[in-house]
Amino acid sequence: MDDNKKYVLECENLGIVFGGLAAVNDFNVKIGEKQVYGLIGPNGAGKTTVFNLLTKVYEPTSGSIKLNGVDTKGQTTVSLSKMGIARTFQNIRLFSNLTVAENVMVAMNQNMKYSLFESTFRLPRYWKEEKAARAKALELLSIFDMQDFADVKASSLPYGAQRRLEITRALATNPSLLLLDEPAAGMNPAETAELMHNIGKIRDEFGISILLIEHDMSLVMGICDEITVLNFGMVIAQGTPAEIQSNPVVIEAYLGKQKED
Amino acid sequence: MSFLNYLVSGLSLGSIYAIIALGYTMVYGIAKMLNFAHGDVIMIGGYMCFFAVQRFNLPPVLGVIIAMLACTLLGIIIERLAYKPLRSAPSLAVLITAIGVSYFLQNAAQLLWSSNPKVFKSVVGNGVLTIGGEGGLIVSHVALLTVVVCVIIMVGLTLFVNKTKMGKAMRAVSEDKGAAQLMGIDVNRTISITFAIGSGLAAIAGVLLCSAYPTLQPTTGSMPGIKAFTAAVFGGIGSIPGAFLGGILLGVIENLAKAYISTQLSDAIVFGVLIVVLLVKPAGLLGKAVREKV
Repeated sequence: MDDNKKYVLECENLGIVFGGLAAVNDFNVKIGEKQVYGLIGPNGAGKTTVFNLLTKVYEPTSGSIKLNGVDTKGQTTVSLSKMGIARTFQNIRLFSNLTVAENVMVAMNQNMKYSLFESTFRLPRYWKEEKAARAKALELLSIFDMQDFADVKASSLPYGAQRRLEITRALATNPSLLLLDEPAAGMNPAETAELMHNIGKIRDEFGISILLIEHDMSLVMGICDEITVLNFGMVIAQGTPAEIQSNPVVIEAYLGKQKED
Repeated sequence: MSFLNYLVSGLSLGSIYAIIALGYTMVYGIAKMLNFAHGDVIMIGGYMCFFAVQRFNLPPVLGVIIAMLACTLLGIIIERLAYKPLRSAPSLAVLITAIGVSYFLQNAAQLLWSSNPKVFKSVVGNGVLTIGGEGGLIVSHVALLTVVVCVIIMVGLTLFVNKTKMGKAMRAVSEDKGAAQLMGIDVNRTISITFAIGSGLAAIAGVLLCSAYPTLQPTTGSMPGIKAFTAAVFGGIGSIPGAFLGGILLGVIENLAKAYISTQLSDAIVFGVLIVVLLVKPAGLLGKAVREKV
């Protein structure tokens, strides 16, 4: 890749130390436009910590993060959401007492312009914007064919649908980079195949980049343009799926060292 | 007919409790803290209205608006100075701070306005409505106003929480602050607005309370504050309809106990009922048992 290319995300020497333990160390990643990027590694390698650094849930102790060429230093979780990062969670964190449509609409809050005053007195702009937000929410829900469940409580959806709703909610913040934390966790092979298809569809239709953490290798190898492998907080390999699959260091990290005789 | 009279005054007292309880329950639902200074915000609201109307001769409507603005501002300031720095502190620390703020407000009021009780003139006068002629049902204008205002607030708040972006943000924050932030919701602003609304309601409660029971002194807010807190727990803390139901029931039970059993024992009876309810339904009448998230 040449250096003139525009990157959606650039991490340089990113690191965080928890009480003397380097949870992530020297993390370098460049994600281009409309790229699907995989982040893999054994349990406890620091993958979710990277997500938490990118979204400023944790403040990095070293290194820099650039989003669409802009340094994110000093930004907060909320302002980063406005700058175009959205994410889903390893363990589903929907607003379970809100309806499906409300979950999506609440993520669009930042784009709604009416004031407290206008909503108190139900002025025209309130109705107009609430109506538009609902229409937009239904449109987003239709990506995963969920528009018919718009008014049921999020907690009453089956597991797979909750995962899909989390992705829809993240898309509602209008991101340029979508972080998916184990989107296929707990899904059967058929659901995983469908998810894979949908991730591609989201990239194409929304023109966004996707960074995903995943343990399902068929999904990772099937959809990612590039992959980074983490182990004990360190990047141990970076490359295309084919390169990663044949990399001896990666195989060792996953399966252990082969005994030499 | 006297039973109906006791019932009506119970409803009116209960409506005041309900308005105060809404403040407790909203703040608890969103910030997960018990704002024990809430009762004293009521007292401040009472004083603001008192000065506006009885010292500066402003019309009562303006007095109420001034009280609401002052209390809203006070609520935001209290949250910013006392509670916000403790956002990630253990809940016990926040609780003790809230008690501290409560004493601070009471003592500040005592310093500024002395502890001599002031006689508060009802904002709607002392008129009564008689239904059913001689010996019939007597409803004071204040009681009528209180019940109407309480219903309006209840409906308005329900619409606000369910139908507006701010309301949705509040419900999202109450469930999962972290996820809400990641969806671009400003948690601090949401909590500030919650305090502002709760304190504005406290001002209304203060004016209604002082109109019905016209002695105003620095400790005016503490007993109704504690009763309303009880009402919020009674109905299920965190639940808006729960606060309404709890407040009304508490007021009615208190008044009927006073009328038919004993004036001295009425508070004991109220709290006794609370204990029984909590034994049967630990989450309160309309509260949901929440699983602690790990």
